[in-house]
Amino acid sequence: MTFLQARGVVRAYGHTPALRGVTLDVSEGEIVAVTGPSGCGKSTLLHCLAGILRPDAGQVTWRGERIDTWSEAARSRLRRTEFGVLLQFGQLVAELTAAENVALPLLLAGTGRRAARTAALAWLDRLGVADVADARPGEMSGGQQQRCALSRALVTEPRVIFADEPTGALDTLAGEQVLTQLVRLAREQNTTVVLVTHEPRIAAYADREVSLRDGMIDHTGLGLDPALPGGSR
Amino acid sequence: MSTSHVLLGLLAAGPRHGYELKRAHDERLPCARPLAFGQVYATLARLCRDGLVATAGQTREGGPDRTSYALTDDGRATLDHWLGTVEPPMPYVASTLFAKVAVALLVADVNQARAYLIAQRRAHTQRLRELTALKTAPAARIDEVVAADFAIAHLDADLRWLHTTLDRVTDWHREVRS
Repeated sequence: MTFLQARGVVRAYGHTPALRGVTLDVSEGEIVAVTGPSGCGKSTLLHCLAGILRPDAGQVTWRGERIDTWSEAARSRLRRTEFGVLLQFGQLVAELTAAENVALPLLLAGTGRRAARTAALAWLDRLGVADVADARPGEMSGGQQQRCALSRALVTEPRVIFADEPTGALDTLAGEQVLTQLVRLAREQNTTVVLVTHEPRIAAYADREVSLRDGMIDHTGLGLDPALPGGSR
Repeated sequence: MSTSHVLLGLLAAGPRHGYELKRAHDERLPCARPLAFGQVYATLARLCRDGLVATAGQTREGGPDRTSYALTDDGRATLDHWLGTVEPPMPYVASTLFAKVAVALLVADVNQARAYLIAQRRAHTQRLRELTALKTAPAARIDEVVAADFAIAHLDADLRWLHTTLDRVTDWHREVRS
C-alpha cells in the first residue's frame, strides 16, 4: 500500500493550468523536496497532497484511501491529526502567545487545556524557543516565529509535514536552524516531509528531489530521481 | 590559493616543523585538498630563501631530527599585507563550466551543450547533498561547517547559473551560429 500518492493530478486556477497530470509516490519517513521555478505548480501540488485543494482530475491517496473525494470536514480533520503544515510566514495567530499558538491544534482536537500547554512548552523547548513561550508573534524574531510555527506543526505528532518555502522569509542562518531541526525531528520520529522550495541548497536537505516544470514532472534532470548516494539520509 | 601565506599564518603562533604545519593546515582548512609533504618543504625552502621564514633549531621526538621554522619580521609584514589586501572580486569570468558550454556550442550542437548542463547539474546536486550531510551531522565541528558553507554557497550559485543557462542555451546557440 502506498503511503501518500498523487496520480495524474490536474488542477487549474480559472483558465490557467497549474498542474497538468502529476504522479508522485511518497514513502513513509521519506523527505522529498519539490522544486522548480516560480509558477511551476509546486505549491499547488503540496496543497493537493495535503488535502487543502481538491484536484480537478486525478487522485490523491493516503494509506491507500482516496482523500480528494472526502468532504472538507473530513479533510480538515485529517490535516488536524495526521498532517502538519508549515508555511513561509509562520502564520501564527497574532493575538495569542507562542505557547497558545502551539497548543491550538491540540485544543481543537479535544486535548485538555493544561495537557495542551504542557505539550506546547515541551515542543518549544525542543526547538530552543522556550524563552519566548509567553511572547506574542510581534515580539519575536522571524526565526523564533518560524520555530514556533514548526512546534505547532509537530505538536500533534503528525505522520506528514508539508512545508512550503519554510525558510523563504528567513536569513540564511535562521533558515538553516529551522530546516536542520525539521529534518532531525522528522528522522527521529519517522515523519514524512514534503518540502517545497526553489532553492537548490534547501532541496539538498531532502532524500530525493522532484522537479516540476510547467505543471509537470521535469524528467530531463532531477525529476523523480532516486535518493542520490551521499544524500543526507 | 596561496599556500605560502597560509604557512606564514600557521607560523605566527610560534615555530613549528614541517609535519606540524601540514597537520595544522589540514585541520584548520577542512575540506581543502590535503597538503602534500613535498609541497610543505618546497614552500618552506622558498620562504627561507626569501627571508620570510628562518630555521629555529632541531627537535627529536623519538624519530628523526626535525627542523623547526619560525616567522621573521619580514615574514610577519608580508603576512599582514596579505591579510589586509582585498581580493579582486571575480576580475575575469574564468570557469571551466562556462568555457565548456561555450565551446560545446562552437564545436557541437545545442543538445550536447544541454546534455552537459544536465549532467553537471546532477553532479553539483550530489556534491551539495554530501556537504549538507557533512555540515548537519551532529558531530560536525564549526570549522567543518564554515568550510562546507563556503562550498555550498558556491555550488548553489553554480546551480542557479546551470538552471538559467539551460533556459538560455537555445538562444545562445542561435546567436553563436548566426
